[in-house]
Amino acid sequence: MLVRLLTERLRPYRRPLALVVLLQLVGTMAALYLPSLNADIIDNGVARGDTGYITRTGVVMLAVSLVQIVCSASAVYVGARVAMGFGRDLRAALFHRVGGFSSREVHSIGAPSLITRNTNDVQQVQMLVLTTCTMLVAAPIMMVGGVLMATREDLGLSWLLAVCVPVLLVAVGFVISRMVPGFRLMQTRIDAVNRILREQITGIRVVRAFVREPFETQRFARANDDVTAVALSTGRWMATMFPTVMLILNVSSVAVLWFGGHRVDDGSMQVGALTAFLSYLVQILMSVMMATFMLVMVPRASVCADRIGEVLDTETSVVRPLRPVTSLPDPRDGGGRLEFRGVQLSYPGADSPVLHDVSFTALPGQTTAVIGSTGAGKTTLVNLVSRLFDVTAGAVLVDGVDVRDVEPELLWSRIGLVPQQAFLFSGTVASNLRYGKPDATEQEIWQALEIAQARDFVEAMPDGLDAPISQGGTNVSGGQRQRLAIARALIRRPAIYLFDDSFSALDLATDARLRAALAPVTTEATVVLVAQRVSTIVAADQILVVEDGAVVGRGTHDELLAGCTTYQEIVASQLTAGEAA
Amino acid sequence: MTTTSKAPATLKETERIQGQGGPGRGGPMGGGLVGQKSMQFGPSARRLAARMRPERGQVLAVLVLAVVSVALTVLGPKILGRATDLIFAGIFGRRLAAGTTKAEAVAALRAQGETRMADMLASMDVVPGQGVDFTAVRDVLLLVLAVYVAASLLSWLQGYLLNGVVQSTVQRMRADVEEKINRLPLGYFDRQPRGELLSRVTNDIDNVSQTLQQTMSQLLVSLLTVLGVVTMMFVISPVLALIALVTVPLSILVTGQIMKRSQGLFISQWRHTGKLNAHIEETFTGHELVKVFGRRSEVEEVFARENDELYAAGFGAQFVSGLIMPVMMFIGNVNYVLIAVLGGLRVASGTMSLGDVQAFIQYSRQFTQPLTQVASMVNLLQSGVASAERVFELLDAEEEPAELVQPLTVGGRGEVVFEHVSFRYREDQPLIEDLSLVARPGQTVAIVGPTGAGKTTLVNLLMRFYDLDSGRITLDGVDIATLRRADLRGRTGMVLQDAWLFEGTIRDNIAYGRPDASEEDILQSARATYVDRFVHNLPAGYDTVVDEDGTSISAGERQLVTIARAFLADPALLILDEATSSVDTRTEVLVQKAMAALRSDRTSFVIAHRLSTIRDADLILVMEAGAIVEQGTHEELLAAGGAYASLYASQFARALV
Repeated sequence: MLVRLLTERLRPYRRPLALVVLLQLVGTMAALYLPSLNADIIDNGVARGDTGYITRTGVVMLAVSLVQIVCSASAVYVGARVAMGFGRDLRAALFHRVGGFSSREVHSIGAPSLITRNTNDVQQVQMLVLTTCTMLVAAPIMMVGGVLMATREDLGLSWLLAVCVPVLLVAVGFVISRMVPGFRLMQTRIDAVNRILREQITGIRVVRAFVREPFETQRFARANDDVTAVALSTGRWMATMFPTVMLILNVSSVAVLWFGGHRVDDGSMQVGALTAFLSYLVQILMSVMMATFMLVMVPRASVCADRIGEVLDTETSVVRPLRPVTSLPDPRDGGGRLEFRGVQLSYPGADSPVLHDVSFTALPGQTTAVIGSTGAGKTTLVNLVSRLFDVTAGAVLVDGVDVRDVEPELLWSRIGLVPQQAFLFSGTVASNLRYGKPDATEQEIWQALEIAQARDFVEAMPDGLDAPISQGGTNVSGGQRQRLAIARALIRRPAIYLFDDSFSALDLATDARLRAALAPVTTEATVVLVAQRVSTIVAADQILVVEDGAVVGRGTHDELLAGCTTYQEIVASQLTAGEAA
Repeated sequence: MTTTSKAPATLKETERIQGQGGPGRGGPMGGGLVGQKSMQFGPSARRLAARMRPERGQVLAVLVLAVVSVALTVLGPKILGRATDLIFAGIFGRRLAAGTTKAEAVAALRAQGETRMADMLASMDVVPGQGVDFTAVRDVLLLVLAVYVAASLLSWLQGYLLNGVVQSTVQRMRADVEEKINRLPLGYFDRQPRGELLSRVTNDIDNVSQTLQQTMSQLLVSLLTVLGVVTMMFVISPVLALIALVTVPLSILVTGQIMKRSQGLFISQWRHTGKLNAHIEETFTGHELVKVFGRRSEVEEVFARENDELYAAGFGAQFVSGLIMPVMMFIGNVNYVLIAVLGGLRVASGTMSLGDVQAFIQYSRQFTQPLTQVASMVNLLQSGVASAERVFELLDAEEEPAELVQPLTVGGRGEVVFEHVSFRYREDQPLIEDLSLVARPGQTVAIVGPTGAGKTTLVNLLMRFYDLDSGRITLDGVDIATLRRADLRGRTGMVLQDAWLFEGTIRDNIAYGRPDASEEDILQSARATYVDRFVHNLPAGYDTVVDEDGTSISAGERQLVTIARAFLADPALLILDEATSSVDTRTEVLVQKAMAALRSDRTSFVIAHRLSTIRDADLILVMEAGAIVEQGTHEELLAAGGAYASLYASQFARALV
């Protein structure tokens, strides 16, 4: 996956990448030329006492150094452009992809994981591209070039390269192969330690209430020991690395001098060549070491690439219609009729469907309530209307048109959704309401706030409509959050209202006031109301009782009270018999 | 942060002293207030180093080993240079006629006008007519080999020991933080944003650990190497050494300049990363809303803008910081050229041997590399010490007041009395003022009222999560402030709205209530609280692993598990704080039955939104703005026609119409 991701996503950067390789090639060649020039100084200058030659060659060496820095600095420039551009493009591609996902895909991968993939994972792969461009590319060039130059200096000693390079490769490779699994294990164990700490902090009240501090400390100590054990063993391998490399490097130099010395003695090699050979050997071995170190990044980046690839390869299960219906009747002209026709929804691989054979019609001007146990499928039912999921059989129709045939933007413009988890976006009160209607006037905003019973507390905020809202809405209370979310849906004046258990955080008086204020606004709209409390839905025109994904009762409160056992049980749990009657 | 110099007996003790030293709530060491202080690199770095004190023996060994191994490594090239000299001399010797002496050969050269060659030859150890003396070369090389092997061995031993020191230090730091969490007052967790605190105990400790691992060994070796190499350079040739040393301030200047620039760019890169991540997080979390409200294109526009900004900032940071390597390499190369040329000239003039030049070149290579390393480590070290400081702040935070020296014990039937209790979380915001109430043994006391009325606060006070400002709370006639917290809490079972489970099996989570419970006890409480019912539908049954975010079971089911946990604990006093709010009403009927059994012979406090759940309580307290405005039974309060009656009417308004 890493290879595929890189080849696909780096295609637009072919030219700059070629330039990077060229620059690194020239730069490395320049670097490799220096020891050879130094050899000339010794053999032609020092050995003959020609000081003029020494100075002249010195100037050439300086020029070569200049070429080298220009090349490698340019390579860093182009490489950083490529790597950062690659990261930017990949992030954008992922973000766009996820934007097209339906709730099914988002839930199957999980929002937190999607966030990590779009941020950290991309960063990991981006770092690999960057180090490849700035350093890793140079390593093989340095190695091949070094071998060529070294053999040019003296062919007879080149067998030493054939021994030293593999020895170093094997030694470093062995140590790294020992460390990589350790690194992985360490990451999971650090995660475990962090998880326990997180649990302790989030559950601090429970821990203290049950006096389980000693237990927690013990649990933590175990995890702490585990992570320390892995850290110790990988650390030991790490500690072996440096001395091993140094030893191989140094022993190689000694070998060069010994065998080279003999060749110099019998006249088949010059003493300057010996010094140059030594320099090349060191450069080659260093580049081998660098390359292996860099390669440690690869396993990690490849895990990230897999995770990124999974997102990019996931097709959304909710596709745009080929020939979309682009007009629906206006809410004022009686639009907003909602019909479920034999709807079934099952997840791939699941035994029983989430919803099966659900049929009902919700008419404009009426309130259709949905009640049932948690996990009965109420939220799923609501989300089918806005195509956050698509049915697996049957159809959901709005004004007689299958929602799958309607242009999604048109469909959504008809819907005012208040989700179960009231989520606000960072910004201000006003910006959150304008999420529902971008061109809303202040007057419209206040009006929506008033109906949602949010006017009082917004007015009490120091900045009023401009009061800041933090991400998710965590700086206001649960009840306030819910009321703002309701106002955000109200301001759209949609044809269909979807309230998914939206009153749960309100105290009962506010709940009642809100419902009373809502009634005149929604006279022409279709209202679908998911609720837990019977008191919230008792006046609905139609109540659907959902259990295990099927509608087990339908009718008004009184009808159901007379004929639906499930409904009777629900009511009995909340009202005394006398009150219900 | 100042007492480390006093060298206390053990470090932990110091921290405790510091932790408890802060006077009262608003003290200088108090909680989150410290977080705003600017960074003090020196003291924090010293304190971090002081944490290694328990391993001081090993630290000393590490230091000695590092010095010796670096010294040996540094000696290597110098000795190796001797071998080069021997070879070089051999070549010259072979060119000269055998049987003549060196002096004769030199004189002959001079006579030919080859003054330079004569000078050079004069400084060499040449036997005319003889080639390379391989016995001498072998001896030199064997010596070098021995030196290198010894250096590597010592360096390995040093790394091995240091690794142990670092890991123990980090392990201890983690353990200290964990223990600290258990000793902090609950108010600390309320004041501190949770994400911030979590970041301290996870990211910051990880960062400290990584910094220690990476910098400790390398920094030490690098610094020593620079020192050793400089010494050797001066020994070989003070003139060349001075030239080489010129590159030191140059390198420091250049890297300093680059880093100054890149640091600003990195900050900007992280800031933009943070902004972009926040946007991604928000969009993905609110995915459904973004779609249904048709805001995808706007969201992508914002993303593109932030993404471009991050690209620009990231490019700047990476390019500028990436320049360090090439620039240092260039400086190294210039150094190399200078030494090659000047060294060559000096060999030619006979003031220096070729072997020494070669050794010098090797030294100058060894010299720039650790310099670059030290420079790049400064960054790492700074961020590590900054993290350490944040961890120290946590360790220094004021702890829960100590328990009484001679705590009382209590063993009654669970009578709870609040006497003129006043409490406020923040000094300027009155919450509970002069509140009194009596809960008789076995009674169920329900507390109702709007959000923010102080219902949960009552529970927090009863559990001694917070201490009172005035008044007192007694349990069976004993002031709870005189009890050991663990004793008080051990007599109390608690179910909260936020159904907290730790990652583990359902069985383990139930057993959390009573660690010594038998399997039969666990099953019994699971059956009594209807956990058993849904557990049977799970493939792994009681061994199903639930995680913190609980994806494997529903919110209602999680809540049932927490109820089973309290049931198993079998406490004298039971607190249910919105315990059934996420359980659907039909399941709630079952839970209510279970809880009725659970409540039967113990005092219970029930906080609820749904009035239906508390109708049969023995006593209902209606709270508003920190005060009890009404109390009585359901019927009494309805008849009174006050706050409770109107609350009740609003809930059942339509049902009653």
